[in-house]
Amino acid sequence: MTPIVRLENVVKTYDGGVAALRGVDLDIFPGELLAIVGPSGSGKSTLLHMMGVLDRPTSGRVIIAGHDIGRLPDRELSGLRASLLGFVFQQFHLAAGVSALDNVADGMLYSGVPLSERRRRAALALERVGLGERLTHRPHELSGGEQQRVAVARAVVREPAILYADEPTGNLDSASGAEVLGVLRTLHADGTTIAIITHEHEVAAAAGRQVSVRDGRIVSDVRSPL
Amino acid sequence: MTAVTPSRLMARDLLRVGLAGLRVRRTRVALASLGIAIGIATMVAVVGISSSSQADLLRRLDELGTNMLTVKAGQTLQGEDAKLPEQSVAMVSRIESVYAVAATGDLEASVYRTDRIPADRTGGISVRAATLGLLETVQGRVRTGSWFTTASASFPTVVLGDLASRRLGVTAPGAQVWLGGRWFTVLGVLDPVPLAPGIDRAALVGWEGARDLLSFDGHPTMLYERSTPEYVEAVRSVLPRTVNPEYPEEVTVSRPSDALAARAATAGAFTNLLLGLGAVALLVGGVGVANTMVVSVLERRREIGLRRALGATRGHIRAQFLAESLLLSGLGGVAGLALGTLVTIGYAVSNGFPTLVPLWAIGGGLGAVVVIGSVAGLYPAVRAARLSPTVALGTA
Ligand SMILES: Nc1ncnc2c1ncn2[C@@H]1O[C@H](COP(=O)(O)OP(=O)(O)OP(=O)(O)O)[C@@H](O)[C@H]1O
Ligand SMILES: [Mg+2]
Repeated sequence: MTPIVRLENVVKTYDGGVAALRGVDLDIFPGELLAIVGPSGSGKSTLLHMMGVLDRPTSGRVIIAGHDIGRLPDRELSGLRASLLGFVFQQFHLAAGVSALDNVADGMLYSGVPLSERRRRAALALERVGLGERLTHRPHELSGGEQQRVAVARAVVREPAILYADEPTGNLDSASGAEVLGVLRTLHADGTTIAIITHEHEVAAAAGRQVSVRDGRIVSDVRSPL
Repeated sequence: MTAVTPSRLMARDLLRVGLAGLRVRRTRVALASLGIAIGIATMVAVVGISSSSQADLLRRLDELGTNMLTVKAGQTLQGEDAKLPEQSVAMVSRIESVYAVAATGDLEASVYRTDRIPADRTGGISVRAATLGLLETVQGRVRTGSWFTTASASFPTVVLGDLASRRLGVTAPGAQVWLGGRWFTVLGVLDPVPLAPGIDRAALVGWEGARDLLSFDGHPTMLYERSTPEYVEAVRSVLPRTVNPEYPEEVTVSRPSDALAARAATAGAFTNLLLGLGAVALLVGGVGVANTMVVSVLERRREIGLRRALGATRGHIRAQFLAESLLLSGLGGVAGLALGTLVTIGYAVSNGFPTLVPLWAIGGGLGAVVVIGSVAGLYPAVRAARLSPTVALGTA
């Protein structure tokens, strides 16, 4: 089976000389639910930036669905993100004053799909995260957990090949966090490939595979049968 | 290998995104576009008002005609007031293509409201003999009463020019005025005559009446003639010799419409100072827009990062901020156009001018707004596009 994501000896050194990643090899296969854990500053977010082609590695290769990103210009990296990758961040990054439906519809803004179709699919995505009744609510009218679920719906509305979540429950109380985690597990059960960065044991324990990062290296990669 | 469809942002969505960006920050948008609005309004109003007054002058010129010439007796070589020959009216009327001739002759007499007023208080009103055709030749209009007829021209009757009537305090026909030592009845009062302002200040007496009652010698002081427009210059060149074959150089020929035409020409050349002020306001407005956009980019780093994560290319981000900048200045521009047009309409209506806001002014205003919007938005848009997605997302 070809991996959706393949990192080969990826090194990322920031301008200040900080070596955030010191040679990472990682394959992520379709259907996996993967947790990336590690202490603060170990390079987890940097790893996600590499896998999400939000940034380029200093050296090494990043291959997304068979595309070696090293040779691709910005335009095509953006196309890759628009058509294959979904992101959920610790902060929800929802547009203030815009309905949940339109926030989610904007997940497909750069996909060349007309607005009516984007809204139709957004309604379905909100349904999937259990917010079918909240379409017209604006962010300030939603709880933190609900806002993060809107963000998840926005990330999956265009059916990405892989969904990345960087500390998706980091800003939430445990109840709301559990809500969001539940949604992610449901999506995974429906076939979505997911990589979650997390500090939280419950989240990591829910994943079928745990990758531990320390000092810019992968120190363990464990598949636990669920 | 999964096929990758390139990112796309439809034009309609670009517009929506740009508008949404403005909708969230209404006060700031209003303030930022105010400068542009004031600048455009000033320029449109300046051009509109001068075009409207020019249109008015041209319309009046059109009504009055530019084919009238006046002939003045001028002065003799010895410096005395010259007189035109008695037959000059007849001589001029014989010139081919001349279709109307009239004359006035200055009289020694003065006119007063009553017989009790000291003789030196003439009020600057002159008394002139007028031929019957004068009113038609100068395109004058009777405000009240009537003009001379063959009969009334030989009676002690008088027609007052606009200013003369006001200075005398006599505005209605039928009144009596003390003229040349006897009572004259006011026959009518004229409207101002733009092409012959001298008539405004005159009390006109019929040609025959002046001869009989005021011992007028019948020599015209001033001739008014109209010819077919194509031959005005030709007529002009033969007039002095026709009127005064012996001393043609004593005669002054002029075309009163020239003054009006000159005024029309200057009215069209608008006040540069005001235009300059408008340009400064526009410039300040442009700086305001640029400033607003720069601040906006700084504040919206997270939004930019998110959009990049959603698949926006650098070009899409650039287009979004350019669109916002263009909409921002466009908003000001449209408001300014509306305001400038309203000011023009107000001015024109209150002055009785036709309203004229030239299309080129509207087009130029919109063009300026587009240029300002692009220039002001370019730098912020490029900065927004250069932002690395990870840095943008990492902004707290
Ligand atoms: N843009 C950057 N420029 C310079 N150094 C950076 C940058 N981003 C991250 N770093 C550094 O790289 C290292 C790894 O950072 P990263 O954010 O990947 O860690 P992390 O594992 O996600 O930490 P946390 O759990 O706190 O989010 C850290 O030392 C950090 O200071
Ligand atoms: Mg992190």
